[in-house]
Amino acid sequence: MATTTTANGIPAAKRLRAIGPPVWLWGVIVLLALLPVVGGKTGLISNYGFLQLSLMIVYAIAVLGLILLTGFNGQISLGHGAFFAVGAYTAAVLIDQASWPYWATLPVAAAVCFVVGYLFGLPALRLEGHYLALATFALAVAVPQFLKYRHFEWFTNGVQGINIFKPDPPFGLPLSADQWMYLVVLAVAIFMFWLARNLLDSRTGRAMMAIRDHAMAASTMGVNVAHYKTVVFGISALYTGVAGALHAIIFEFVSPDSFRFELSIAILVGAVVGGIASLPGAVVGGVFVQVIEKYADALTKQITSAVHLPIDLEPWTIYGIALIALMYTMPMGIAGGLALLWRRLRGS
Amino acid sequence: MEQLIQQVASGLANGAIYACLALALVMIFVSTDHINFAQGELAMFSAFLVWQMLEWGASFWIALPAVALCSFLIGVGIERIILRPLHNAPILSVVVVFIGLLAIFHSLAGAIWGYTIKEFPSPFPNISFVGSGYIGPHQIGMIAVTLLLLVFLFAFFRFTPLGLAMRAAAQNPVSARLAGVRVDWMLALGWGLAAAIGAVAGTLVAPAVYLEPNMMASILLYGFAGALVGGISSPGGAVAGGFIVGVLENLVAYLGNLLEKTSGIYIIGNGEKLTVALIIVITVLTLKPSGLFGHVTVKRV
Repeated sequence: MATTTTANGIPAAKRLRAIGPPVWLWGVIVLLALLPVVGGKTGLISNYGFLQLSLMIVYAIAVLGLILLTGFNGQISLGHGAFFAVGAYTAAVLIDQASWPYWATLPVAAAVCFVVGYLFGLPALRLEGHYLALATFALAVAVPQFLKYRHFEWFTNGVQGINIFKPDPPFGLPLSADQWMYLVVLAVAIFMFWLARNLLDSRTGRAMMAIRDHAMAASTMGVNVAHYKTVVFGISALYTGVAGALHAIIFEFVSPDSFRFELSIAILVGAVVGGIASLPGAVVGGVFVQVIEKYADALTKQITSAVHLPIDLEPWTIYGIALIALMYTMPMGIAGGLALLWRRLRGS
Repeated sequence: MEQLIQQVASGLANGAIYACLALALVMIFVSTDHINFAQGELAMFSAFLVWQMLEWGASFWIALPAVALCSFLIGVGIERIILRPLHNAPILSVVVVFIGLLAIFHSLAGAIWGYTIKEFPSPFPNISFVGSGYIGPHQIGMIAVTLLLLVFLFAFFRFTPLGLAMRAAAQNPVSARLAGVRVDWMLALGWGLAAAIGAVAGTLVAPAVYLEPNMMASILLYGFAGALVGGISSPGGAVAGGFIVGVLENLVAYLGNLLEKTSGIYIIGNGEKLTVALIIVITVLTLKPSGLFGHVTVKRV
């Protein structure tokens, strides 16, 4: 393996990467940003299509949160739906009760989720592997009940949930509400991914990965394991919470039963499918979550009729089988698998 | 006072179910160090199998052993086919596979039997006896079956060569293998036993909560809580923990209601049962991860 390294031992490729995103990424970003103008005006993409795209991006942010925690810090969470719910409810309640503008709720949702995640991270410090998975599993299962708690009802509206309205584009821009929210979500996502990449390239990021690889060795090297683990839990919750807030805004509705255990599973599946320790993987995962949610029904119906099964298969069966199969064939997810394939093709 | 006794009694009955499920969880944890998130759905699936056999006209006492055997084989199959290749995989992979199994069994049950709730007849005769004001025959039956199961397992592990081999494989796989124990098969056996115990738990719980694919979610959480309270490495502890958690759950709801009635302040009630379980799980995990009766594992560097 002949990798060129610079004087201070950092691989050259890595240093280059740190300077800025490659040209093609800029291209993709510009293309995505132009979609409302191009696709919307020509009628290629309907408003519903933009809603779908926005949801994909939202799930990508949520999955990114879990990837930061699990993929880069080694803490398993089966309960990220809880932070998603907290973010969503923070945004919805602020808009509904205090009539805040939607954009102002995002930083608040981020802050609230950071605090909640940090607090949950404190007991999680003592837990590892399966135990942490168990504690977060309990969290995920308990969330809907928690949201229905009687003393919260005056602002959560109990079982009924909260209806909010999608904001109109400002300054009289010639865009539909869906197109505008798509741009907002895209901008937030780019900002969050940029932050995540810089975080991982920083001292904190290296500490996170050191803890993941060997916590004891990291602490011997002077890394404050407890501090980093709780802070990363907070940051991870922050990401997923912002995604939840965006979801509430573009979906215009929150209710306790939209944050059931299935949501936590979906986020986990997204992270695993995309690639648990890769930022592009988060995008793949986000797209996967939304596509499955949308098309799994149709897909399973087709499979059922194609092989003449006596029972109507359900999407979750396919979900489960895909999950298990993926663990065998591509444990690093689709993004990881493709990267591996690419490296093999280049023969290095 | 009478109400209190009634609450404790029905708490014990619920506890019997949690104890059964906790026992199944412990079986897998002891032999493979994994926490089986699919245990609840497996038990639910088994309960549906029993229901199906009853529908076909089998008597309960034939259906239950048959399904328990069938579940045993499913458990062994899962271990041998799905989990075996992942023996050295990171924990995340194993957890994800469990979640996949959960999804598969949940949706399969829904696809085959549908989501309408089904009545499940109690296998125990409806007779009245001393104290039947406090506790129903089905509840007594649940407690009895759970205790019977515990005695059976204790005897199995304590007095049979196979039980000894399983304990050896769990405690020290390398030495056990050197002594001629087929460790791989012992793990599969642990899985099979867990699935069979789960089948019993599912069948016992079905008459109490109605049969449907979602019936196990909250019960599994309490099973976890029970296993953790008692110590997830100790079968006896898990059963004790299950009973403790069951009584605790009912008492908390009872005291919450009492408080609301006397002072009008609502803090906690039946609607917060899962939150109570969550608090129990996190408290035990942070304060005493080994539970009341478990042994502390020392990590080797």
